[in-house]
Amino acid sequence: MEKIKARLIQDYLNQFVDRPVYIHLETTNGAYATHHNREAYNVGAFIRNAQVTFSQAKISGDETNYRVGLKTENGWIYAEGLRDYQIDQHKRLLLAGHDDQGRLLVTLELSLQPFTN
Amino acid sequence: MKKDEHVVVIFPHPDDEAFGAAGTIARFRKQGVPVTYLCGTLGEMGRNMGNPTFATRETLPEIRQQELTNACQSLDINLEQLGYRDKTLEFEDQDRIATHLLRYLEKIKPTLVITHYPGYAVHPDHDAFGAAAIEAVNRLNLNQRPDVWALAIKKDKEKDLGEPDLQFDITDTFEDKLAAIVAHKSQASGILGGLNQGPASLDQIVKDKLSHEAFYQWSFNEV
Repeated sequence: MEKIKARLIQDYLNQFVDRPVYIHLETTNGAYATHHNREAYNVGAFIRNAQVTFSQAKISGDETNYRVGLKTENGWIYAEGLRDYQIDQHKRLLLAGHDDQGRLLVTLELSLQPFTN
Repeated sequence: MKKDEHVVVIFPHPDDEAFGAAGTIARFRKQGVPVTYLCGTLGEMGRNMGNPTFATRETLPEIRQQELTNACQSLDINLEQLGYRDKTLEFEDQDRIATHLLRYLEKIKPTLVITHYPGYAVHPDHDAFGAAAIEAVNRLNLNQRPDVWALAIKKDKEKDLGEPDLQFDITDTFEDKLAAIVAHKSQASGILGGLNQGPASLDQIVKDKLSHEAFYQWSFNEV
């Protein structure tokens, strides 16, 4: 993945507006957080292949902490801590944030086709 | 080697076999005992993406599949991939997973099964897959039932379970274990880094933390 360029990402987000889009949204601190640190505890959530349509999409923030908000008919989709992106060969927009050891903390992915399950 | 000896290892993730049991597996292979790894998932939801990062959530499954193949070749063991999805095993029907595993056990007729100790294996996938594996073995007739060695990971496990029944210093197969771990390139540095408490080199960390493998002999309570 490469470091997010906000204008480029905004252009890509715009291409998904008002179209049925499959999303993968996830955050995690790993399955061993409690195991390695008794004071910490495991937190994570993911949703894969939710199909949504949004009327607005915006990237905000700076290189230390980009945020993306998607305004859907009945609510919002939000991700924070995004720093890296990739447009893959299937024209999917992959956005993610990693810790200093390259471990995934958060990811928001948009695709016009379902993700493999 | 006893006649028809065959070891089946049942863990959910690519790299569980390397970190948890590769020294023991390598020992069996040196004795000429066939070993088959029934691997539950592709670790699709792992958070280690390499360091520096080279995988994405979408490329990780394919990368880990290749790493798993490499690790199994390195350990010279058979591989069967069961096709479940990482993080979801505890939500699947345990009966169905047990039936799935039983089909392999009936075909392979192992003399020993190595799996996770349910409730003491930290990761929900470990607990769920270990429970299903033990359920599968339990469904075999007594005279066909292999031994089960259960791997517990939880801290303070000795408080509840006592000392492991089987404790191996695997120094003699340590290089094989390290090779299997390193084959899981996307995972190795992140996980080994998590073990890093000082300035020691990676080899030394691995040697200190991973040169010992221990299992509990599972006892089936007959009614």
